[in-house]
Parts: sequence; structure tokens; C-alpha cells
Amino acid sequence: MTGVTRREFLTRGGALIVSFSLAPAFAADDPQNIGKEPKKAPVLPGSLKNAPLLDSWIRIDANGAITVFTGKAELGQGIKTALIQVAAEELVVHPRAITLVTADTARTANEGYTAGSQSMQDSATAILHASAQVRAILVDLASQRLGVPPHELTVHLGTIRSRDGRSMSYGQLVTGETLHVDAAMNSPLRNPRTRGVMGKSMQRVDIPAKIAGTPIYVQDLRLPGMVHARVVRPPSYGAKLASVESARVEKMLGVLKVVRNGSFLAVVAEREYQAIVAMRELAKAARWQEQPALPPQTGLYEHFQRLPREDFVDLGGASELATGTGTIRATYRRPYQMHASIGPSCAVALLQDGVYTIYSHTQGVYPLRAAIAEMLTAPAERIRIIHMEGSGCYGHNGADDAGADAALIASAFPGRPVRVQWMREDEHAWEPYGSVMVSSVRARLDGANVAEWQYEVWSSTHTTRPPPAGHLAPAWSIETPFAPPPPKPLPLPAGGGNRNALPGYTFGNARVVHHFVPSSPLRVSALRALGGYHNVFATESFMDELAAAAKADAVEFRLRHMQDERARAVINACAERFGWSQFKRARGRGRGFAYARYKNLAAYCAVAIEVEVERESGHVRPLRAVAAIDSGEAVNPDGIRNQTEGGIIQSISWTLYEAVTFDRTRVTSRDWSTYPILRFSNVPESIEVHIITRPGAPFLGTGEAAQGPAAAALANAVADAIGVRIRDLPLTRASVKAAARKR
Amino acid sequence: MPVLNVNGTTYQIDADPATPLLYVLRDELQLNGAKFGCGLGQCGACTVMIDGNAVLSCVTPISALEGRRVRTIEGLGSLDNPGPVQRAFIEEQAAQCGYCIPGMMMRAQALLERKPAPSKAEIRRHMNANLCRCGTHMRILRAVERAAALMKVK
Repeated sequence: MTGVTRREFLTRGGALIVSFSLAPAFAADDPQNIGKEPKKAPVLPGSLKNAPLLDSWIRIDANGAITVFTGKAELGQGIKTALIQVAAEELVVHPRAITLVTADTARTANEGYTAGSQSMQDSATAILHASAQVRAILVDLASQRLGVPPHELTVHLGTIRSRDGRSMSYGQLVTGETLHVDAAMNSPLRNPRTRGVMGKSMQRVDIPAKIAGTPIYVQDLRLPGMVHARVVRPPSYGAKLASVESARVEKMLGVLKVVRNGSFLAVVAEREYQAIVAMRELAKAARWQEQPALPPQTGLYEHFQRLPREDFVDLGGASELATGTGTIRATYRRPYQMHASIGPSCAVALLQDGVYTIYSHTQGVYPLRAAIAEMLTAPAERIRIIHMEGSGCYGHNGADDAGADAALIASAFPGRPVRVQWMREDEHAWEPYGSVMVSSVRARLDGANVAEWQYEVWSSTHTTRPPPAGHLAPAWSIETPFAPPPPKPLPLPAGGGNRNALPGYTFGNARVVHHFVPSSPLRVSALRALGGYHNVFATESFMDELAAAAKADAVEFRLRHMQDERARAVINACAERFGWSQFKRARGRGRGFAYARYKNLAAYCAVAIEVEVERESGHVRPLRAVAAIDSGEAVNPDGIRNQTEGGIIQSISWTLYEAVTFDRTRVTSRDWSTYPILRFSNVPESIEVHIITRPGAPFLGTGEAAQGPAAAALANAVADAIGVRIRDLPLTRASVKAAARKR
Repeated sequence: MPVLNVNGTTYQIDADPATPLLYVLRDELQLNGAKFGCGLGQCGACTVMIDGNAVLSCVTPISALEGRRVRTIEGLGSLDNPGPVQRAFIEEQAAQCGYCIPGMMMRAQALLERKPAPSKAEIRRHMNANLCRCGTHMRILRAVERAAALMKVK
């Protein structure tokens, strides 16, 4: 609260604050105010630093209607609801009074991608501060208009009142340019101890429409005159279309056009099913040239570790650690895994009068616009991308490619909106996967403490998001193709393959090496938590192996190496709620614990899982999971719970079942039978999520925090149940059965 | 011309009789509830009810539906007046992206019409045909239990 006196704060804040006494420390230690950290050069909070105009975020019309704008997108994570809560809190209005507009290149600020559990930090922080500043401007205006000092004014539900009973609504005070001003460095934030809307669970604003079948998904969009298209995707990455005899398909009922641009092949029809039937016929008529360019799946890890690489020492010096006798070592491996969205990617595009309008469930409307502009050699100003919800993506799936498909087909079929949806096999075989990863860890114990720790991780990149156009799969196939640029590692501290590779614990001496493998046999990009899933799986599995070697309890061993009080709080809360210390051993049962702070700088999350393992069959049954999470100030607690439960379940699915399969030429995981995921029959009986909220503290995000801890807790529980450690993911029935036999 | 009875209304459908029901619901009748998930009968996103049974509309041709009653979530209730299963899903906040949820609700409705008070194990077994990728399973199971309770008090 630096720079705002207590008196200013009170007067600007209005009655809801005046009526509460402030603890003396409050004004000085509100950490949500960026001015608090004097070491750093002052920057505007959250995404305000890139879009400082207040009316980029909040507009109020003469009727008092409030519109809040975010450059982020609803992905099913509930961000719309949380952003509305934040705005309602600082504007002192009912959440229902707010209309929220999400990512649209014609209407909202450029907030990049909706990714990395960053939307609360970026957008909610911007909206929090913008709302507080808008309220203060309106209070000042009311003060002038009513001739009453600001501190005699109260603010409630969009109306500012004086003590003598006169009042003015927000709508009466705002004129054209009122909010067209740059944000100030400091914001008169309300007292976090007296929250009205933030911190209380609010029903998600998007769920009723989803339950009722209201058209809200891009898949549901029906524009007048809309036609349907399907793409005949190449059968493998590098396949070239040698020939296609399309005359028969062009004569099929409902078919409007066969589009061919190099090896990009699509068909447009009046009706959706006509497009599907025609696409199948066109696929039969197409002749492709393919190369057996993939390594054998059985030797994947060995092949991968032999590929050219760039080495980075992320922590420690040149000399190796934990090399002598008595060191403990282990290697953990993770296969390619996929997003596997339930709804295949979809987009609708219209080219009219030289302007493209594209509806997409992309995670980044502006980045996709730049990539499509490059692909079409069209100016970006002539392309508008509007986000509409799709099926959950959990990272970079086929959404952007489908947007590019729609743009390419629309460019060949102008004047009518073109809807294109991928088929199941398109999504499975063409989405970019989470990279294969290998970690080699070793440590030396000094008594029950880790004296030396060395962690090496091999990984390909974790982002190939567009732009450039070379990151759009359809752009690889067209007549004038765009090649993907050389892959780059994502920088620390967030990192990509090395995300969460640096230990969050305090060890005597630690060294971390990132072996970045630029080439990847299969297409890869951002999958929920990036390298954090594997690195936490490896680190937290190894922590259990070290605890066992030190004859220490797994939770106690972690606490012994952890100084961060917030980390200790989630570890303790999780262990307590799970009943860790009172755990009763039963035959075939095991328990596992894991902790991580996501990206080493975001949410703190601990997970404990109990499993039952059938040794004879190798069947692992997760019985219950307990999580504790600290995402900073919790805005919508039930939203955090929903995301964390979902993260745990998805991570259980990855960890028990999932690996992309391929032969020497093609991906062979093409549907749900060749890439099985978790079903109801094997979800735990209960999942509890305990939230530690920090009112006034910065938002830390939630969406990806549970992926790593859930995987490691599950692997630790399986190891506990069968007495043997499995270090290769997934923990399939076959591998569990084989491991259990060894004992 | 195939005749379809959907949510109590009879429609003459001008489409190839081999067309799967899903596309007719979505594209001809503009009903959004049933979703395209796989087109292979593997995921359940397209689940609707036919004569009270949960059926995968993506692999059911309309030629097989003469004289049978099709029900979709639009037949369970509306935004303003949601039915018990829909209310239960809202009250339990049983959705993340929500794409699989209409299929889940139709499968749950089919169970509850046949068996008003299913056990937890029966609910799991019955729902096993439908996939959810967001990991909303715990809430979906609770919502089905809640729907059973709401139907009882109706």
C-alpha cells in the first residue's frame, strides 16, 4: 500500500471500508500492491503493464451497465467466474451486474496465451487493480459533482451516496473519456479482511448454459449460410500427397468443393455428415508418399538419449555431485502423452470482403492471428479471431491447427462461413504431445539428510505454439509450406523440460543439468504442467527412495529439508487431513505422499494417495486422495477445488494408463481403444481438497499445480503397496504385475 | 422420408437414412446437447435416450428409429427451468469444460428412470461407458446421487 495514505485509502474505498477498523499493519503490508517491493523497478500489476488503459479492462455505459474485458479465455477452468468476482469486489457491485468479454482480437487486450496457470496472476491482478482505480475515479467525480469530500461518500452496488441522502450511479458519472486513462502505479485496494465476493465460493457462470445445451461451444456455432468441411489429414507427419482422383467426390450429394493446396486436402459440403462421407471417399482416393521416419517404440528412451542435445547447468557448478560409493541413484522415464480432448478441435471461418473472421477455441487469439496472417500472407488487421469455448484442452492441442484449417478452406471458399471439425483420429494422431522425458538422479545422504543431490533431465521442447506459421500443422502441407523453426528451451525460472527440475528443498549441495533435445520423433508442445509433471514425479519418487534409505518417514523427511513456511503448511495440512501418522497398514494397500510448488514460484500443493494393488493381476485401484493447496488469495474456493480434483484425476490417468504408441511410420494411438484413459470404474472413492487461503497475497494460479504431486503420490503409494519401485511411466498392469513378482 | 420423434415432437427428416442420429439432432434440429466426441461409440459424449435407454447417437442411423422416442438434454429441461438431473449437476458444480456433461446427464437419466435409488457402485458401473477428460468424475457421481434425491421429492 506504499504511496497511499490510510486516509486516502479510507476515503477512496467508501463505506464498505470505512465501517471496518483497519489493523495498523494492513496498509503497509498489502502484498498485492506491486509497489511493495522497492527492489524492483515499478511496473504496473499483472497485464496492466502491457495494456495500461483502464478502459481496456472496464467500461461503464450511461445506463450503468458494466463490461469487463479479459484477454484470457474460458477453457473450462472457471476463469470467467473468478474474474467477475474480482471485478465485483473492487467495483462494489453485484457479480450479476458485470458482463465479461473474453479473448477477441477486436475487443480485448492482448494477454498472450491462456496457459501456465497464469490467468489469475495476469488478468485477475489487472482487473483487480483496474477496478479499484475505476471506483476511485468515480468517487472523486461524485465528490466534485455533489460538492462533498470523498470521505463522506459511500459506495454500494454501483451507487455513490452522500450522507445527506443524495446519490449518483456509476452510469451517471461516466462520460466518454472518463476511463480512457492510464492506470496509476498504486491502487486503492479494499481491505482483504472484509471481502464481500472474493474468497466465497460462487457458482460458475458458464455451467447453466452447458447443462441446458445453449450454444456456447464453437462446435455449436451455426452462422447463416454456414457450410461444413473436413480435412483429409496426411496419414503420417511427413506424408506427401502424390495424387488424388477427386472427380467422383466432387459429384457426391451436397459436396460443394474439394480444396487442394499442395498436400493439404479438404472437402466442403452443405451438411456435416455429407462432408464426413465425402472426406472418407476422398481419403480412399488419395495416394500418399510416406517415410518410415520414426524410431522403434521399444527402444524409444535409448534412441531419445542418443539424439543431439544442448546441455545447460541450471544449478550448481561444473563438477559432478554424488559420485562416490554410497550414493543412491535412479532413472525415471515418461513416454509421450497426449491432451486427448473429448471434443475434437473445431473452428468456423468466414472470408468476406477481404476480411477473415475466425471463431476458435485457441488459447491465444493474438498469437494465432499472427500465425494465420503469415500463413495466408494477409495483414493481421484483416483477421479477427474470436475465442469461443471448446472441449477442455489442457494445453496446446489441435485448436490452433483447426483454426488454420478453417482459414485455408475459407480462403478457397469465400462468402460463406466454413465450419471444420477434426475427426477423433485427427485429434489423437495430430495433436502435439507432451515430450518424452528421462531423469537420472543421484544423491548422497549424510545421516538422514541429503548432503549432495544431482538431477539430470533429458527433454524436448514444451512449446511449439504458433506463431510462427511453421507451428501450424496445416501450414506444413500447403503448396508453399512453412517449416517449424528450430525448437528452443523455455527459460527458467518457469522453464519447460526443466520446469520443477530445481529442487524446492534445501540440500547440502545440489546440481541440476538440463539436456535439451531439439529434435523430437513425435510432434510435441505444451501439455498441462509441461516438464513439471515428470520432474515432480521423478524428484518426489526419489525423495521417497531417499527417505527409505534414511529409515525416515516420507513426510518427516520432506519437512526436514523444507524451510519455506507456506510449503510446510500445505505439507502438514495434507498429512493431517489424510491421517498420515495414524495410517493403518492393510494387506495390498499402500500410501504415498508428494509435494511441489508449481514452477517453483506459483501454487504450493501436496497430495497424499492411498491405493490397493492386486499383485496377481497388477491392477492398481486408487482408493482416496487428499490434497492441500495454497494458491495465494483464493477467489473462488470451489473453483480451486474443482480444478485440483480434476488435476489429480487426470494425473492418475496419465500415470496409470497413458503412452502414445507408434510404428516406424505412423502414430498408432488413434482412438480411445488405442489410447485408453481413466474411466469411472477406477476413480478414487473420495478426493478431498483443502485450501489454505492468503487474503491479500498475490494470486498464484491453480490449474496445473496438482499434476506432478498426484503422479508422485500415486507412484509412491504403489511402491509402498508392493515393496518395489517402478520408475517408468505409466504404471501399467503388466509393469506392476512384473514388479510385484520380483519381491 | 424418415420420421423422428424427438423430445415429444415428430419431425420429417430430409436426410439419408444412413445418417447417424447425432448429425440430425445437431444440424437439422439444432439441438446442441449431444456432442461429437469420437464417432466410434467409444466415449459417450453423444449419449441420448431412445425409448428410455442410453444410446450412442453417433453410431445409430436414423433408419433404425422409426416409431421410437428420442430424448436429449433439451427434453430434460431448459436454462430457465432445468430438470432434476440438470439441477443436480448445477448444484454439485459438476462440470469443467462441460463437453461430456450432456452425455453424462442422459446416461444418468436413463439409469434413474429404471432404478430410482441406485447404489454408489451401480452408478459407477452404469456411468463407466462415458469418458470425462477434465476429471470431474467425483462431482458427476455426486450429481447423479443428488438427482436421484431430487427426483424422489418431485
